[in-house]
Amino acid sequence: MSLMEIKNLNKSFGGLNAVLNVNFRLEQNELVGLIGPNGAGKTTVFNLITGVYKPDEGSIVFRDKDIIGLAPYTICARGIARTFQNIRLFNDLTVLDNVKIACHKDVQYGLLSAIVRTPGFFKGEQQIEQEALKYLQIFKLDNKKDEMANNLPYGEQRRLEIARALATRPTMLILDEPAAGMNPQETQELMKLIKWIRKDFNLSILLIEHDMSLVMGVCERIYVLDYGQIIAAGLPEEIRNNKKVIEAYLGEEVD
Amino acid sequence: MQTLKNNWARFLGEVLILVVLFTLVQYLITTGLLNQYYQINLTSMCINIILAVSLNLINGFTGQLSLGHAGFMALGAYAAVIMTNMMDQPFIVGLLAACLVAGIAGFVIGVPTLRLKGDYLAIATLAFGEIIRVTLQNIDYVNGPAGILGIPKLTTWPWLFGAVIITILVVVNLINSSYGRAIISVREDEIAAELMGINTTKYKVLAFVIGAMFAGLAGALYAHFFYIIKPETFNFLKSFDILVMVVLGGLGSTTGAVIAAVSITVLTAALQSFPAIRMIIYALILIIVMIYRPQGLMGNKELSRQTLGRIWGGRK
Repeated sequence: MSLMEIKNLNKSFGGLNAVLNVNFRLEQNELVGLIGPNGAGKTTVFNLITGVYKPDEGSIVFRDKDIIGLAPYTICARGIARTFQNIRLFNDLTVLDNVKIACHKDVQYGLLSAIVRTPGFFKGEQQIEQEALKYLQIFKLDNKKDEMANNLPYGEQRRLEIARALATRPTMLILDEPAAGMNPQETQELMKLIKWIRKDFNLSILLIEHDMSLVMGVCERIYVLDYGQIIAAGLPEEIRNNKKVIEAYLGEEVD
Repeated sequence: MQTLKNNWARFLGEVLILVVLFTLVQYLITTGLLNQYYQINLTSMCINIILAVSLNLINGFTGQLSLGHAGFMALGAYAAVIMTNMMDQPFIVGLLAACLVAGIAGFVIGVPTLRLKGDYLAIATLAFGEIIRVTLQNIDYVNGPAGILGIPKLTTWPWLFGAVIITILVVVNLINSSYGRAIISVREDEIAAELMGINTTKYKVLAFVIGAMFAGLAGALYAHFFYIIKPETFNFLKSFDILVMVVLGGLGSTTGAVIAAVSITVLTAALQSFPAIRMIIYALILIIVMIYRPQGLMGNKELSRQTLGRIWGGRK
């Protein structure tokens, strides 16, 4: 049984078919890439999976349960976490608080306990703090824990987003262009990091990326989306030589 | 271990300061050194602090622009007066009823309106505030537009002091907890918060209900000091007055809300000797502050031991 199975997914905005009859699956512990030209509908697929949009048609089964129609926070609780194409950190909060917020769904003390400051509150806060620091250490951000998220350099903001997503303790991680705006060296480091967190956290990862070296380097399988439709699926090697994919990216050959 | 000891020392120090403050004012009142005029201003100040701190929870920390605070204040005032004046219940029952009624109203109004954002939410809450006022005007049991007269003067300094402390304590403790971080994440980025597992609707409603409860408490204290309440007192201008305090103090700063509530009360009192140009000066001061400190007096920072230490000693 696949971890996630998407069947016949459709979403249109007005007359535009952003996602058209998409079928898709992700196995346990797999690292799958979703690529395609700009405007192909990749982020829309992510938004449909995470509940930001409701699909017009189709089903998304995650861990044997249909997740369509669930609120995004419920989907997060079921084990899907994501990052964003245009970074969406909690800008005016510290790096540490950003990660702590992601830990909130497993908070161990009640509201009243927080207001009257019972011992349970202090214990729970300590747990959250340790948990959050653990993720910051992994991403080498622990020495910046008290800085405002806004003030971090771009690459570190991207890393913080991944740390925050991991802090929700997902089974599946969705990365929306994690290498966007990174230099080649940073991209290389990110590749290593992605491989490592998958192994260490026993995750399945779904990745949108334009950086082909990264996609080809880490993904085990690739789906190619164009005009809302899957035009190719397969191993990186197959995708690299797929005629349709080359056409989608570079245009048709002229006779 | 050392830090734990320090924490206790600090805590006891803070309690001591509060006890001294309380006893001092109580002494001044009983000896008559604080005359009637100052007592009125002191009461307004405490009520304004409660209103500003509670509205700041909704507008500043949760980032939901609410303009209906006077409506909740009205509900609290009427609920408490019905309890004490008409049903002969003790004051504490009146205060609790005020919180309860305003809190329930906050829930009923919050659930449908908090789906709206920004300007739309502002208009919806403004409208709800007005609906509360107009409804009260049309209920004969509470004398409609004429209002209720002859409310016993039960709001004394201990009640005011206690209410202010409880309000600040609840808001500060809430904000500095995981629940508070969840509330703030809604302000920062609602979609990101939702995708990080935060039930944003729940926390918006929570903040709204708690804010409404304390507005109700403020209304109850108001009613039992000023002898008379009528629906007109709680019109939307009152909501704006509270909003001005919150914005002036800095959205998302509890100490800012307190400072602004105190300054505006003092300012209003001081300007009473110039009735003709009172509003002009008041408006000018607000404009000047907003030009030079658009983020409000405190921004979203808090005045704490650390910041004070930094200002005085240049140390952390």
